[in-house]
Amino acid sequence: MLLEITDLAVEIKGKEILKDVDLYIDKGENHVLLGPNGAGKSTLFKSILGLPNYKITRGEIIYKGQNITDMPTDERISKGLGVTFQNPPSIRGVKLENLLNIISKEEKEEVKELEINELGKTMNFDKSFLERDVNVGFSGGEVKRSELLQLLVQKPDFIMFDEPDSGVDIENVELISKEINKLLENDKKEKSTKAGLLITHLGYILNFVNATHAHVLLNGRIACSGKPNEIIDDVRKQGFGGCATCNQK
Amino acid sequence: MQSKIDRAEKSKNKKAAIGDDVDLTEFEKRDVEDFEGIDSLEDLKKQDQKTLTTVGVETSEEGRSASFLQMDQSQIFCNNPDDSSIELMGTAQALEKYDWLPNYMWNAVQVDADKYTANTELGPTSGYFIRSKPNTKEVFPVQACMFIGDQNVQQTAHNIIIAEENSELHIITGCSTGESVTDAAHIGVSEFYLKKGAKITFTMIHNWAENVQVRPRTGIIMEDNSTYISNYILTKPVKSIQAYPTAYCNGDNTKVLFQSILAGKKDSKIDQGSRSILRGQNSNAEMITRAISEDQSQIYTRGDLQGLSPKVKGHLECMGLVLSDESAIHSIPELTGASTNMELSHEAAVGKIAEEEIQYLMARGLTEEQAASMIVRGFLDMDITGLPDKLAEETQKVIDLSLEGM
Repeated sequence: MLLEITDLAVEIKGKEILKDVDLYIDKGENHVLLGPNGAGKSTLFKSILGLPNYKITRGEIIYKGQNITDMPTDERISKGLGVTFQNPPSIRGVKLENLLNIISKEEKEEVKELEINELGKTMNFDKSFLERDVNVGFSGGEVKRSELLQLLVQKPDFIMFDEPDSGVDIENVELISKEINKLLENDKKEKSTKAGLLITHLGYILNFVNATHAHVLLNGRIACSGKPNEIIDDVRKQGFGGCATCNQK
Repeated sequence: MQSKIDRAEKSKNKKAAIGDDVDLTEFEKRDVEDFEGIDSLEDLKKQDQKTLTTVGVETSEEGRSASFLQMDQSQIFCNNPDDSSIELMGTAQALEKYDWLPNYMWNAVQVDADKYTANTELGPTSGYFIRSKPNTKEVFPVQACMFIGDQNVQQTAHNIIIAEENSELHIITGCSTGESVTDAAHIGVSEFYLKKGAKITFTMIHNWAENVQVRPRTGIIMEDNSTYISNYILTKPVKSIQAYPTAYCNGDNTKVLFQSILAGKKDSKIDQGSRSILRGQNSNAEMITRAISEDQSQIYTRGDLQGLSPKVKGHLECMGLVLSDESAIHSIPELTGASTNMELSHEAAVGKIAEEEIQYLMARGLTEEQAASMIVRGFLDMDITGLPDKLAEETQKVIDLSLEGM
């Protein structure tokens, strides 16, 4: 198992957002996380990252066989966790290029620069774009592509995507999907050593990104899990209310 | 009419309108002969050379059109190539050379403004004179340095800067103290005169010892179509600074830009303002400050924009981050509109580092401290505009150096 989350409960400022979450994700799997607004999807991501203010009150997170429940965020990142934000903040004075330089693990400066520029090109960013302040004045699509570019440079093993397709036009959804598949090594013949967890609002993106499992998060719990097609069909037909009923059975 | 000396005599104990009062009698006055001249800036002590580098002064003089160094009250170095379109010399020497120069003394700054101006007039004449000849454009900056070498010194300087018609002049000035100096007072009077179509850019970096009191007094008189750009950078602790440079935009179509980067550290008390009096039609002023306060520092950032003629425009902006509970940033903007068809605005925000920015950078592998420091550096890093490419690059380097280790 790449990631094992058992009986996880998380509080933000004294309020319990996640209760008893169990989630197991192995290499080569791509999980989709569905659920209404406020269900705790982004909270789950941030708890897996161990960001400040996300207090784990119960349960544990095992990553690559190691208990990371109390591990500082930077160490988790260096162990191969990665995330894209849905609405990342704009940071004045911090150039995207500088951030990419910090993210990259490449030691040789020339190789690093070359790689960043090459990867930038695959995301349709030229050099001058990389010199802009992170997310300042970026369009919706640019924000999403910049998030993916940061991950391409980081090369994580377990990747969480928070609505990578929201607010993106159809053409860019295809480009973004292609890069997500590349990050997850879905484009390779041999079995991928990576895994992903993707939040979407039943997005068009699932036509391009092949999901292996789906879960519905409701009121801080995984209400149901199953095959993506079936779960999505159910949600489309009955909404998340159907999951609640199903959950009570 | 009263002579300037009489006016100074009467004001020699006059407190300044704002800021803590400095008891000048606590500091020793020095003589212009105290230090002997040097042949090269590289003759200075290694440690002092290193300090100069942090305030933008190149001891090799590479990429500089001319150089000047004042140690305490003595001018110890002045290098001005013969073929230069710029004249650089000590103010005392310039007064001997040009009988018209007294007409430029105490016009942009009043001699009896306070005890600091008065004592500058009453003490030995020091400081520099810079003049760019008409219709010339020197892309390399002049570098001027005010250096305090001895403990407990009172340093004064009276600088006169004249940009003749249609000339362009760039100045980098660094102010600092020697290794063994902890306490001192610095008073620098600077009067700028921009003739028609002239442009001056003035970048000043301060790196004083922790117990130094600093009272710069600056006035800028601008004729038609002239441009004045000032960049001020302070990122090191100091006891107190109080300055309120004023641009008198008398000519039509003048442009002014004041940018300040202020980092309050330890017990620093920083009171930094900028004022533009837009008297000439169609004149334009922008005054931007970015400030952070740490430790027990207190920062006052003031701005005063006066629109006195039609079609003038001005914008005042102060952004502050308060990084410790014991520190404070006070933003005091003032606008006066006294003409129809003009536009003045101000924008101020004082706050803390956004949590979501920290988390975002942490999600990319930075620790909380690294994330905060990256955000603060980014916040203070101001865009340098209006400088020739090479100089902008150079200035950016100086800013980067100042922000290093923040």
